[in-house]
Amino acid sequence: MTELRQRAAREPDAPPEDKELESEAKVDGETASDSESRVEPAPPPTSADDTPEVLNRALSNLSSRWKNWWVRGILTLAMIAFFFIIIYLGPMVLMMIVMCVQIKCFHEIITIGYNVYHSYDLPWFRTLSWYFLLCVNYFFYGETVTDYFFTLVQREEPLRILSKYHRFISFTLYLTGFCMFVLSLVKKHYRLQFYMFGWTHVTLLIVVTQSHLVIHNLFEGMIWFIVPISCVICNDIMAYMFGFFFGRTPLIKLSPKKTWEGFIGGFFATVVFGLLLSYVMSAYRCFVCPVEYNNDTNSFTVDCEPSDLFRLQEYSIPGVIQSVIGWKTVRMYPFQIHSIALSTFASLIGPFGGFFASGFKRAFKIKDFANTIPGHGGIMDRFDCQYLMATFVNVYIASFIRGPNPSKLIQQFLTLRPDQQLHIFNTLKSHLTDKGMLTAATEDE
Amino acid sequence: MLELRHRGGCPGPGGAVAPPPREGEAAGGDHETESTSDKETDIDDRYGDLDSRTDSDIPEIPPSMDRTPEILKKALSGLSSRWKNWWIRGILTLTMISLFFLIIYMGSFMLMLLVLGIQVKCFHEIITIGYRVYRSYDLPWFRTLSWYFLLCVNYFFYGETVADYFATFVQREEQLQFLIRYHRFISFALYLAGFCMFVLSLVKKHYRLQFYMFAWTHVTLLITVTQSHLVIQNLFEGMIWFLVPISSVICNDITAYLFGFFFGRTPLIKLSPKKTWEGFIGGFFSTVVFGFIAAYVLSKYQYFVCPVEYRSDVNSFVTECEPSELFQLQSYSLPSFLQAVLRRETVSLYPFQIHSIALSTFASLIGPFGGFFASGFKRAFKIKDFANTIPGHGGIMDRFDCQYLMATFVHVYITSFIRGPNPSKVLQQLLVLQPEQQLNIYKTLKTHLIEKGILQPTLKV
Repeated sequence: MTELRQRAAREPDAPPEDKELESEAKVDGETASDSESRVEPAPPPTSADDTPEVLNRALSNLSSRWKNWWVRGILTLAMIAFFFIIIYLGPMVLMMIVMCVQIKCFHEIITIGYNVYHSYDLPWFRTLSWYFLLCVNYFFYGETVTDYFFTLVQREEPLRILSKYHRFISFTLYLTGFCMFVLSLVKKHYRLQFYMFGWTHVTLLIVVTQSHLVIHNLFEGMIWFIVPISCVICNDIMAYMFGFFFGRTPLIKLSPKKTWEGFIGGFFATVVFGLLLSYVMSAYRCFVCPVEYNNDTNSFTVDCEPSDLFRLQEYSIPGVIQSVIGWKTVRMYPFQIHSIALSTFASLIGPFGGFFASGFKRAFKIKDFANTIPGHGGIMDRFDCQYLMATFVNVYIASFIRGPNPSKLIQQFLTLRPDQQLHIFNTLKSHLTDKGMLTAATEDE
Repeated sequence: MLELRHRGGCPGPGGAVAPPPREGEAAGGDHETESTSDKETDIDDRYGDLDSRTDSDIPEIPPSMDRTPEILKKALSGLSSRWKNWWIRGILTLTMISLFFLIIYMGSFMLMLLVLGIQVKCFHEIITIGYRVYRSYDLPWFRTLSWYFLLCVNYFFYGETVADYFATFVQREEQLQFLIRYHRFISFALYLAGFCMFVLSLVKKHYRLQFYMFAWTHVTLLITVTQSHLVIQNLFEGMIWFLVPISSVICNDITAYLFGFFFGRTPLIKLSPKKTWEGFIGGFFSTVVFGFIAAYVLSKYQYFVCPVEYRSDVNSFVTECEPSELFQLQSYSLPSFLQAVLRRETVSLYPFQIHSIALSTFASLIGPFGGFFASGFKRAFKIKDFANTIPGHGGIMDRFDCQYLMATFVHVYITSFIRGPNPSKVLQQLLVLQPEQQLNIYKTLKTHLIEKGILQPTLKV
């Protein structure tokens, strides 16, 4: 949200040009930052104003500041509307969008690295980066596909072989890239090439792993994808609003426009928003059910019996709130309790992802990651808080919501040796008998 | 192997005892870096940021202490510097190999501790280099955070391993149960705490430096910690899966050097100018033969061949089992051209020996790329060695640079070709499910086993 504040506060007379804002950033009190830098890095290549012409004309009358506001506002609404459309179109399209966002974020960060290091047409650098992206994506998507499309994969012979030796194939592909990197080391540019290698890998670690966690969350049920993302967006907007109207005490030196009032107000607003949103969404099967691949229709279906999490239950309100609200019990979905945890994380820890990105941008003296979205910057700017959220939701689901996937377990079991299978079977049998789940009667069914 | 060649080929000036061989070579024998530094200066000037400083800004690695023990020095004081160097290296090599044998004898638990110790030392070496290269200005928290991240990632990985192999032990203790069940969440929370501390520790003038160190730490963790855990997983599969690959890499190092020394003529790669094609190919063939023989010798003993298991009754690791088919002699009929040569029609081999050919091939052909990577890294940051831990050899990382790719390869090889999923892990996951799910699975499994004839249908009494 930092850029939002800086743009709104400043009054650029021209459409937001990165160069102007860079000089303004210096005025902002960063004159001595990173004292070792003497020469300005080459300004990001695309500072062109991407605002569509129609908007430019429509808003040409207003002052620059309000024009800026309007551009941002319109784009925000456009992005939210786009989000809704994608949700409507279904999980497959969502997966593709996640994949595209991931590629674009990777592209943005790699381009920054490329610019920062003035990479002198080093051989192979861009090719290798994209190649590594491909390898890691292949590895992750292969693992996902094997899990969820199990029956489809077993049917097709080439797919079966690919999935059986998936790890080996992925590793070989990665090794090829690694060897190409070693062979491409040029005598005068070793350090640069190692930097870029490290940069590529850290970017892959951040961008690709988290986008795959997002897809895992999606498969768990679209609500696990929509509620966290909406909470982060809501926290962004609410913190800005609260800060704008009531902001007084600075929060952190890294982002000077953020305030404690915005932080705390955003926290409470997001929790309330999360509660309401989960109440609304838990009612619909299409959000609540795990996404499954139906072999007969060859498409994704979201049809199931909602689990306990998504069935209304009575909770008795603690005495202190009873007097306030005047109700004795309230009917809620258990999921709403979880949504409080998710919203809390989104408001309290999510901003650290934003601070990290702000620090990164200051470290490399860039205003935005790119200039893809007019008024907002690059895709990475919009998604910097989301990344921690995706990992948290995934860990949360794995720890608290569901255990291992039963069908995956059966699949693993079938690949074991017969003596191992027998051993496991007997252990399970004795375990179930101990628990009283298995009696002689049920045994004979 | 690079340092080996440099040292062997560049006698220290004057044969003086006190200045360690390293300094002498840095002055006289390092033509590569000297000519490089001039040109890199121009390019570095254009960076305009921290990285762009000329090489003189890289702090001189302090003159390495000569760690050679006094005894050796006295014993070898008569010889010329070059031979002295040889002897020191040779003695240390033999010492390391004997240490290796000793630890193998002491068992798998000691091996695990050794792997952990090496991992921590490698991490320490690389972080120290980063710290020095960036001349971290007493940045707050940097070292603490790096070690904290190391702890977190190790906790995460060891937790996953422990949960798998110590399933029965863990089921007994209540606190361990809790830790295992929420292991991922706890690890993630620990990591997040470190991440937030990093963000809070960003100091205004040092952002870029701090981000560099953050990335440096993470890439180092990725390389050293993940691979050391793969080594341990290979170890649990059976000590032979740990011994044969490591020995193959060591053998390739030594034999490539010897072949290069005696027959070396054609340079292999610009990055390591002392390596030669003759050494490379000679090393390849000898390593394959060596791996073949080592596999044959080791496959006989249950101690090496059996998966390591933790027995709760004796509270220790045991390696006792019925050797799998891989480790039982089988007759292979020789192809006809070999038949004529060896005058035999069949040969009894362990199937594992065929796999050992694959492992040795990887160790000789791709393993050196790990060494080239480390050489490039050292040239990039203008250091001679990662550290000075082992006299005559450099740091621990210098010895283990080729091993890392090997560990990952062996792990991937095992999971793809040798065995399926880990049965104890499957069992553990089964036990965590809801009772209804367990019952469903039980019924499915029963049907499957009966179909396959593994389980006889129970007769109604």
